[in-house]
Amino acid sequence: MGKIDETFAALPLAALADAALCRAGELGASHADVRVMRTRSGRRDVRDGVLESASDSTELGLSVRVVHDGSWGFASGITLTADAAAALAEQAVLVAKVSRPLQNRSVELADEPAHVGEHVSSYERNPFEVDESERVGRLVEWSQRLLSAGVSHVDAEAYYVQENTFFANLAGTRTTQQRVRIHPTVQVTAVHDGGFDTLRTIAPPAGRGWEYLCGTGWDSDAEIAELPEQLRELVAAPEVSAGAHDLVIDPTNLWLTIHESVAHATELDRALGYEAAYAGTSFATLDQLGSLRYGTDLMHVTGDRLTEHGLATVGWDDEGVAAQRFDIIRDGVLVGYQLNRQMASEQGLGRSNGCAYADSAGHIPLQRMPNVSLQPVAGGPSTAGLIADVEDGYYIVGDKSWSIDMQRYNFQFTGQRWYRIRGGELAGQVKHGAYQATTTDFWGSMTGVGGPETWVLGGAVNCGKGQPGQSAAVSHGCPSALFRAVNVLNTESEGGR
Amino acid sequence: MSVAQWIEQAIGGIAEGSIVVEETSEANLRWANNALTTNGQMASRTATVIVSSGSDDVVVSGPIDSASDLVALVERAGGSGGSASSGVIDDGFGRAGEPTSIEVFGEFARGLGESFADARQRDALLFGFAEHRLTTTWVATSRGVRRRAVVPMGRLELNAKSADLKNSAWVGQATNDFTDVDIAAHTAELWRRLAWGEKRIDLPAGRYEVLLPPGAVADLMIYAYWTMNGRDAREGRNVYSAPGGSTRVGERLGGLPVSLCSDPSVEQLPCAPFAIVTANEPGMRSVRDNGELVGRVDWLTDGVLTSLVEPRTASRAEMVYPSENLLCEAGGTSSLNEMVASTKRGLLLTCLWYIRVVDPQTLLLTGLTRDGVYLIEDGQVVGAVNNFRFNESPVDLLKRASEASLAELTLCREWNDYFTKTSMPALRIPDFNMSTVSRAT
Repeated sequence: MGKIDETFAALPLAALADAALCRAGELGASHADVRVMRTRSGRRDVRDGVLESASDSTELGLSVRVVHDGSWGFASGITLTADAAAALAEQAVLVAKVSRPLQNRSVELADEPAHVGEHVSSYERNPFEVDESERVGRLVEWSQRLLSAGVSHVDAEAYYVQENTFFANLAGTRTTQQRVRIHPTVQVTAVHDGGFDTLRTIAPPAGRGWEYLCGTGWDSDAEIAELPEQLRELVAAPEVSAGAHDLVIDPTNLWLTIHESVAHATELDRALGYEAAYAGTSFATLDQLGSLRYGTDLMHVTGDRLTEHGLATVGWDDEGVAAQRFDIIRDGVLVGYQLNRQMASEQGLGRSNGCAYADSAGHIPLQRMPNVSLQPVAGGPSTAGLIADVEDGYYIVGDKSWSIDMQRYNFQFTGQRWYRIRGGELAGQVKHGAYQATTTDFWGSMTGVGGPETWVLGGAVNCGKGQPGQSAAVSHGCPSALFRAVNVLNTESEGGR
Repeated sequence: MSVAQWIEQAIGGIAEGSIVVEETSEANLRWANNALTTNGQMASRTATVIVSSGSDDVVVSGPIDSASDLVALVERAGGSGGSASSGVIDDGFGRAGEPTSIEVFGEFARGLGESFADARQRDALLFGFAEHRLTTTWVATSRGVRRRAVVPMGRLELNAKSADLKNSAWVGQATNDFTDVDIAAHTAELWRRLAWGEKRIDLPAGRYEVLLPPGAVADLMIYAYWTMNGRDAREGRNVYSAPGGSTRVGERLGGLPVSLCSDPSVEQLPCAPFAIVTANEPGMRSVRDNGELVGRVDWLTDGVLTSLVEPRTASRAEMVYPSENLLCEAGGTSSLNEMVASTKRGLLLTCLWYIRVVDPQTLLLTGLTRDGVYLIEDGQVVGAVNNFRFNESPVDLLKRASEASLAELTLCREWNDYFTKTSMPALRIPDFNMSTVSRAT
């Protein structure tokens, strides 16, 4: 395991925690926790081979969260002194007092043992320690290859993050963590008489370091080499045919459908209405736990914060709960939700399964999704095997546009590349396709799930939730899968053209 | 020492570039099921240092709590010293940042408690969010410019649902300080809309005559605004492109006399009157624009595309800068209620939600209706219908809109995490594409 960044470890973490927790206790808080969080972000944008934007940012702050007289109170700031930490505890208690009249029940938290330790995510080269000439040079090199191959425009970007969190609470938990993640993207554009078409790389964001752009975990060179011909094929491709079609969906697209229609739908705070005014609620209401038929028997979905290189992988969550793995859907039936300590207690669901996260010290921890993954079938078919089972349909690769309604029912997705399937074989790209379905109908049409060799760990670095808004990184592993008679739209027709 | 003094100590380390310091103070309340869920009072201060050399810009940012923190950032950005320059200095540059606190909600919170009690009596549920933020920004350039602005942002979202969650209504308001928020009036409007929703009517997918309220128009126009990248247009890469490396500037996009502008001088929609850029956004904003004064920009005039965004570059001295407010009017003289009264048969929407691009070439967007789709017959709302998924382009809608109301201050729904300062009319669209039915309520 790697080491915690010395510059973070050198901050007066213990002194800040002691000052804030002590003051919170003196003021009568029944629960108090302290978080010091530092997030370093780097972004490099290269456009047509020229560096257009290079930025490095750091956020660092301290927050105190209390339960006082049964009410939450939260305060945060940027001054890292014992006096400031104590003052934040006072502010948090004041906020709790102001809020008390507006609460109708006292906050209670599920028990969690105290934990003491460190966690560092699994990576080889910290992107922040890579020479700038190499960081920019890699993007420029890819861009020049693509421009030489005749594409009209290239946008190449690398986004990387190092996140450090220190957490302490009145129960005695003291944890220090470091996570690194990275996401390279390359988009090519062809401008032609009919307008323009674009394709983007499908390498997912990963809990890895700079080695990810150099062939470890993903072969970007091979992917980029294929882009120009794929783009030419797309420009010349015929239109998709709208109607009910069988679809084989590659994990590079299916991860996003899982994210929207399963992972968000099984956030318990959403099911209980806490997100109703913003992102919405869920059709998967708590009274259906154990009985809701989500999909076919092939559907086994897990939640975890343990998968190596997973974007949501940690040692402990932002309430000090140890990382775990749990079932969400088993044999097609809803069997679990994502929890934090308050909801686990209120709903009598036992221990929290560690799904609390805040994207900065300035935000309160919310219940956020862990890595949520569709499990492959042992001995299941290859992607080619699934395609061979389709007489007339489409194979969809790479995510693009997405949208879902506020109860997680009606969704619509497009993809980077759509291929026609005829007689069990691929028959060239088509364009302007979108698939639309109601969630349980879609998963109820899943008649084939690929084997372990088809499994890919996809994900997103920017899942949004909460008010004020927060962003979280999360992974979704899945195999290829086959869905029958899914509604396919032609987006040109939808636009009235 | 003050922030201004920290800046003066550090700016001397930059031969060419700028320093941006943003101090943010915010407070929020959030509620669900007639009870408070979360709250907070937060403060932060971030500095961004830009060091330019030739065509390169190095941008480094981080929290600062002292002059030495800011000097260290300048060193990280590669600042190596410059000469003092005299330039324009805002009168208030030396003043401290302005804070807000949880007390800004004092009167509002009392009213909210009464609304909770009212909701319980009606067997209804209230959900929502209130946020107030003051952002003080200092911009200093190596050429001697010193600017300071304090920009308020406040928003209220209030959502009411029936106990079975099948009937839902929403109101929202942008505010600068919560003194103009009448929570009782908003709550009363929610009960009026929930009453409309007691009669449920199922309608199939299809094209309908639709009244888009100002907030929904705001969500669509904001996306059209964010896409107004002049460079992308010239390169043939967005909806404003024309053949041969040209753009659609000069082309009539609107059937109605639509005007769309941004203007920092509009008092009710305050934003900084100078450019604040903390990272290059190709074709949209350049860190080299920092501190330059920004005025009104007309993006559409009488339905004709007038301007696209242009940052300053080596070959372009003048910027066309997108300020953080957006005002639209389309020659309308009636109110939304009057438009309802003159509708033979159509749908009155409340919000659009989860809006995403499907096809950038036409700016085809998909999304959902939300929190109230009401059927109008013979000038009266006769009930609530199911929600829909739509597929429409705001550029195409401008062409097809057949009537507009008077413009009013409004809060959008989808984008109000990022953009709260809009004035929009309602629009009548004769043939809005409700692509599929959504079962969500």
